[in-house]
Amino acid sequence: MTKLSSLISGIVFGLGLTISGMVNPEKVLGFLNIFDAWDPSLMFVMIGAIIIFSPLHFIFKRKSRPIFAKNFVLPSNNNIDNNLIIGAIMFGAGWGLAGLCPGPAISAISFLNTSVYLFVIFMFLGFYLGNIIQSRK
Amino acid sequence: MNIINFTPVSAFVGGSLIGFAAFVFFVFNGRIAGVSSIASNSIIKNENRFDNILFLLGLIIGPILYSLSGKEIESVLTNSLPLLIIGGLLVGLGTKIGNGCTSGHGVCGISRFSLRSIVATIAFIITGVITVSIFGI
Repeated sequence: MTKLSSLISGIVFGLGLTISGMVNPEKVLGFLNIFDAWDPSLMFVMIGAIIIFSPLHFIFKRKSRPIFAKNFVLPSNNNIDNNLIIGAIMFGAGWGLAGLCPGPAISAISFLNTSVYLFVIFMFLGFYLGNIIQSRK
Repeated sequence: MNIINFTPVSAFVGGSLIGFAAFVFFVFNGRIAGVSSIASNSIIKNENRFDNILFLLGLIIGPILYSLSGKEIESVLTNSLPLLIIGGLLVGLGTKIGNGCTSGHGVCGISRFSLRSIVATIAFIITGVITVSIFGI
């Protein structure tokens, strides 16, 4: 049953990315272009998502276990370490170069655009290499 | 600084859908809807692999469903292919090493009041802004 909820969650997530305009790299770069011509929309996307997810998840978390899965799987690492900062800086640089982050990049596969495919292939290569670097430590 | 192309309503509505999708994933699967983790785990880990792939498939179906309503979806990649490839690699590596992206840290992490995610989000937004100010849109 977790397969059904995964698919539905992915579809709603993809619809949200589309309606908000975040599948458009030009619009995302407009948000990062604060010093020139700024499009603050992405901030409203984050506010909208947090306003819904934050209270609902806190209410549900207290109650019980997940409906289809055995237990909650939450991040256990609370340390602000070098990996977090270095990773976030690398991600920010890549995000600023392309205007794509992982969610919109995968949604954009639906637009049948070769440049998007190349971005996604290299993103997955990055996941793979990052995993090797992490498991060496 | 000028403000251009600002679409607060669609941004907020789309963002709310993203928050709701994350809530569905949390309630039914007990997991955090961080797209970089879901995508990287789909190639790295056997655990929940089919769930992860179905979520990603949902992300691709989202925009297709939206376009069935007859509305056009704007998506413009502005930078050159070499920059997009470097961008993809950095996004993959950075989100793997830093354990999250705009959805995992930016939406879900901030919603959970995780200091780690707040720091990561500030770091990748600042780096994104600097990158855009150097390379342009």
